[in-house]
Amino acid sequence: MGQTTSQREVHYQIMWNRLISVLEEQALTLVRTAFSTSVREAGDLSAGVFDREGRMVAQAVTGTPGHVNTMAAAVPHFINDIGPERIYPGDVYLTNDPWKGTGHLHDITVTTPVFVGEELIGFFASTAHVVDVGGRGYGPDANEVYEEGIRIPIMKWAERGDLNRDLVNILRNNVRESDQVVGDIHGLAASNETGRRRLLDMLEEFGLDDLDDLAEFIFDRTRTATLAALEAVPNGSYANTMQVDGYNDTITLAAELTVTDEGIHADFTGTSPLSRFGVNVPITYAQAYFTYGMLVALAPELPNNYASLFPFTVSAPPGVILNAQDPDPVSVRHVFGHFVTDLCMGAIAPALPHVIPAEGAGALWNFQASARAAEPDSQLPPVELLMFNSGGTGARPAIDGLTATAFPSGVMTMSAEATEQVGPIVIWRKEIRENSGGDGEYRGGLGQVIEIGPVDGYMFEFSAMFDRVDNPARGRAGGGDGAPGRVYLDDGTPFPTKGKKAVPADRRLILELPGGGGFGNPSDRDPAASENDRKQGYVS
Amino acid sequence: MPGGYRIGADVGGTFTDIVLERALERVVEGVGENPGGTFASTKVLTTHGGPEQGILAGIEQLASEHGVDLADVEQIIHGTTLATNALIERRGAKTALVTTKGFRDVIETRTEGRFEQYDLNIVLPTPLIERKDRLVVSERLSAVGEVLIPFDEAGARDVIETIAAEGYESVGIGFMHSYRNGAHEQRFREMLLERLPDISVSISSEVSPQMREFERFNTVAANAYVQPLMASYLLRLKDELQARGATCPLYLIHSGGGLVSVETAAAFPVRLVESGPAGGAIFAADLAARYGRQQVLSYDMGGTTAKIALIEDYTPQTAKTFEVARTTRFKKGSGMPISIPVIEMIEIGAGGGSIASVDALGQIRIGPHSAGSEPGPAAYDLGGTEPTVTDANLELGRLHPDTFGAKDINLSPEKAAEAIRESVGARLSMDDHTAAIGIAEVVDENMTNAARVHAVENGKDLAGFSMVAFGGGAPLHATRLMDKLGLDELFVPPGAGVGSAIGFLRAPFAYEAVRSLYTRTDQFDFVAVNELLDDLAREAESFVRQGTDAELVVERQVSMRYKGQGWEIPVDLAPGAFDEFAAEALAGIFTKAYEQFFGRAIDDLPIEAVSWSVRVASVLDRPDVLQLTTTGDIVSVPTSRPIFDPVTGADAESGIVERSSLGRGDAVHGPAVIVEEQTTTVLGSHHVAVMQSDGTLLVTRAGSDRKEH
Repeated sequence: MGQTTSQREVHYQIMWNRLISVLEEQALTLVRTAFSTSVREAGDLSAGVFDREGRMVAQAVTGTPGHVNTMAAAVPHFINDIGPERIYPGDVYLTNDPWKGTGHLHDITVTTPVFVGEELIGFFASTAHVVDVGGRGYGPDANEVYEEGIRIPIMKWAERGDLNRDLVNILRNNVRESDQVVGDIHGLAASNETGRRRLLDMLEEFGLDDLDDLAEFIFDRTRTATLAALEAVPNGSYANTMQVDGYNDTITLAAELTVTDEGIHADFTGTSPLSRFGVNVPITYAQAYFTYGMLVALAPELPNNYASLFPFTVSAPPGVILNAQDPDPVSVRHVFGHFVTDLCMGAIAPALPHVIPAEGAGALWNFQASARAAEPDSQLPPVELLMFNSGGTGARPAIDGLTATAFPSGVMTMSAEATEQVGPIVIWRKEIRENSGGDGEYRGGLGQVIEIGPVDGYMFEFSAMFDRVDNPARGRAGGGDGAPGRVYLDDGTPFPTKGKKAVPADRRLILELPGGGGFGNPSDRDPAASENDRKQGYVS
Repeated sequence: MPGGYRIGADVGGTFTDIVLERALERVVEGVGENPGGTFASTKVLTTHGGPEQGILAGIEQLASEHGVDLADVEQIIHGTTLATNALIERRGAKTALVTTKGFRDVIETRTEGRFEQYDLNIVLPTPLIERKDRLVVSERLSAVGEVLIPFDEAGARDVIETIAAEGYESVGIGFMHSYRNGAHEQRFREMLLERLPDISVSISSEVSPQMREFERFNTVAANAYVQPLMASYLLRLKDELQARGATCPLYLIHSGGGLVSVETAAAFPVRLVESGPAGGAIFAADLAARYGRQQVLSYDMGGTTAKIALIEDYTPQTAKTFEVARTTRFKKGSGMPISIPVIEMIEIGAGGGSIASVDALGQIRIGPHSAGSEPGPAAYDLGGTEPTVTDANLELGRLHPDTFGAKDINLSPEKAAEAIRESVGARLSMDDHTAAIGIAEVVDENMTNAARVHAVENGKDLAGFSMVAFGGGAPLHATRLMDKLGLDELFVPPGAGVGSAIGFLRAPFAYEAVRSLYTRTDQFDFVAVNELLDDLAREAESFVRQGTDAELVVERQVSMRYKGQGWEIPVDLAPGAFDEFAAEALAGIFTKAYEQFFGRAIDDLPIEAVSWSVRVASVLDRPDVLQLTTTGDIVSVPTSRPIFDPVTGADAESGIVERSSLGRGDAVHGPAVIVEEQTTTVLGSHHVAVMQSDGTLLVTRAGSDRKEH
């Protein structure tokens, strides 16, 4: 087609929009069909399209930053491990390798090559958290990744359209809820297939043979804009440390960020050593939350692709908790992973005093419990429960923090009524925790109070993994700290914030979730805002 | 009453549209022949202080122009954005929300999520009822509706004294699991009315008995919030109409696309939210029925937004919950959830007035900001300096100062070009014309993507759908959308500018009652379900019988999912009561529906049923299916001008045809524009439009076979 440069420009813009729309369709279908609670409520999934070298051209905007670059990094591993000469039309590949995928065995990444005729032009990949991967079940109690479930190395789920029945069989014999797990993998493969077909339609519509020129256009635009956005932070070195409660001992998270014309590098030297438990973080996952923090602060409008992620690099010595190595246990890598955003944003806060918020509750307070019959011979069936709950976010430089809202995770909570329909518990209370936001010119977001008990005939056992009980979210620029979290029973008995323990049949568990830190000097707070806080009962 | 008149009145944000229809007569009155009768229409400015004034003015104007005595009007059907606007602008009553103790903040903590992942300064929507106005009573029901904590009468009395002392005008009541057992809510209402007989009260077990407290509490709060306003408005309107001799009944169109009495509307005003757009979808559904088209994509584009709805078997798709008052770029999650039956549509910031800009990546963006009618597009020369979609259409020759409908606006091509140059062209080193092409292509692509995503969300493939385009902006863009979506047929009906008001006249009396009852196919409680469905049918029928003695049709649905999933899909139920074999049958129809939605079912998992609904509607007299005229005499085109043709990517000398000059069977070959007062239909070089007997234009691609998918 004899196009002018300007017309070509318009075409490329349209195709870029189309690609993102195709990926959104893909992600949407996955959310609707997925069995995993964290997929549907937390958007714990992603979908992307890649060029023939495995560079990510576009990604759907989904709920969780955890896949920001983990999935982008995965596809080159697929090309390498499968071997370019063994990539055929009709193939589908998968893995759940924590170090080649997205950081723990529960995330399965499925990759599908796209051919035009005989020519490989790119890939679609999608990732979703599945219900089970065998092993001990989801939780931090394993000491090695082998105990955490089945590990699928990068391999073929289908070759030239033929399903690898042996692999399906192995999987079915190694996971709980095998119908759901295999169903979800089929769903991932089907969504890639939809993407593949839509991409081919698009190439035909616009008269293209491959993705190369479009990818170059996208990378070129994004690279320029990303580097321009980085100019907001002067070149130099920025350090920060942060204490969090940890699984057994207090943990120090440390980061030194080096800003240059080419990008930002985060080094995690100084971070506490690995834990014996599955709370360690593969560095690819720490990189995701670092990159997310930088993008949300500096370039919130930029799309995720190879060019916008490329400038953000990480390093850490082996043996620190943000650089878990095979076979360290990593199942619950999100708790400390989520703190990486506040850690790294805190480092560049002095350079961006009007952008970076105070620290927030950070890690989610997930309530993950097994309800069992209080009397073993009562025949009541056991039920697994999972609820996501969030404390307050840090105050922003010109706005109060958000009350009971997830950050940096994009998770949503579940309806209490819906939860009670499924499991034998009663949520007696779930409301704003007054006085829990850090003071400041802008107040930290408030936490919440949750009171949960088993229904008659049941008791429940649950894995606690609650942070910011000993180490509250710190205020910024003179703002006060958020209130630390508290966990106890309704008779006042303190309850451990880490590890597995039972809540007796006649007791209720009370969770007071941490608030976010305040921003600025409390004496500068607008009197009308303080008055409103009292009127609404946010502060008494 | 043969020969009687009917009136449709649609009060929108800017204009109030009135349509007058005389049944059983087929005289063409400016807009064309209409199988249901003939109609005339007018647009008057909405009178925000008292919307009834605009309606009355419009009705009187039409009546006197056409010599109609208001006593001969047999029905007035009304839809209004008043309730929606009251929610958006927070102009409701002083309202208290009373909830179960422990759940005071449900409407404030929302989903605990952020609707925008990449905005550190995100502001979540302020709850409709502030915390200080949210009161609690000690009581608690279990998930199956059994009492865990008895209703605290003494505590309730204290709360009622607070309500009295603070002078609340309206009270919404939302207790946990009240969709299973409304006794505590009813008891509180009874006590409240005993003490304060004149106060407005809404209880969630009546307004929206659906599981999920955030949505239900919000819905009852919204109902309570707009109730005093809506009730007094409806009463005034009724009185004023009667004072002018219109003694006929007044009916309201609701968000589900059916008619209800004034009394029902005043009790459940939240059901009037989004009734205007519902009228548009019915308008399209009526056309679908007239032409026997089973699958139709309804595309309505106005000044600020475009709305897309899917219509199958002449019935618009419906949902049980939706969001109003989105605060940020029409983004999902940035509004207020309302759980009531609603015609499902996707709305995006793509209208004629939507503003084009260039972002940090050098990408052209359209909307969500709109120049509205003031200052309007740059071309209006009324002070607007930012380029809009209308400006691009002018630059591309699709619109022209000589043929633009609005008589009091002189389009300025120079102003349009200047705005396009400054905001878009200069930044991307493009000439005005190419920049305008970019704007038009991006807005078309946005609408196309919205349509595709909407189809996916509903488990549909758009292949085989026909498009119906209406609203002032849609016919300008519809052929491009049709091509991009691979659709083969486009209908542009007459009266496109007042489609919603015409749609009101085609709506059945209908009411959908919904209630949650959780059960599973492996432990199916068919007795409880039968009882529930009977209750719902009775409830729905009683509302419908307030308006009609006609024959009724009953449709029943259940929302189901595999155990472990979070999304339910709707499953239609066959008539008849369930028996002990029902679970298996139900599992069978769910599996089939699931396969249709997602391509593949899953074996051996228990299936959960969450909410049940019964819709009762009057049976409409469907017109005979019209014979489609697909080929005709090519009309000679007297004049032409160069217009950009996206089919070839270049300007083409295009014919200019007056729509009113076309008779049945006349064919117009693209490139051409067909102009009329309220809109312009654009044909690319491979499009052919053929005028139908009812004034509708049928557009197809010349000589092209159906596109394969």
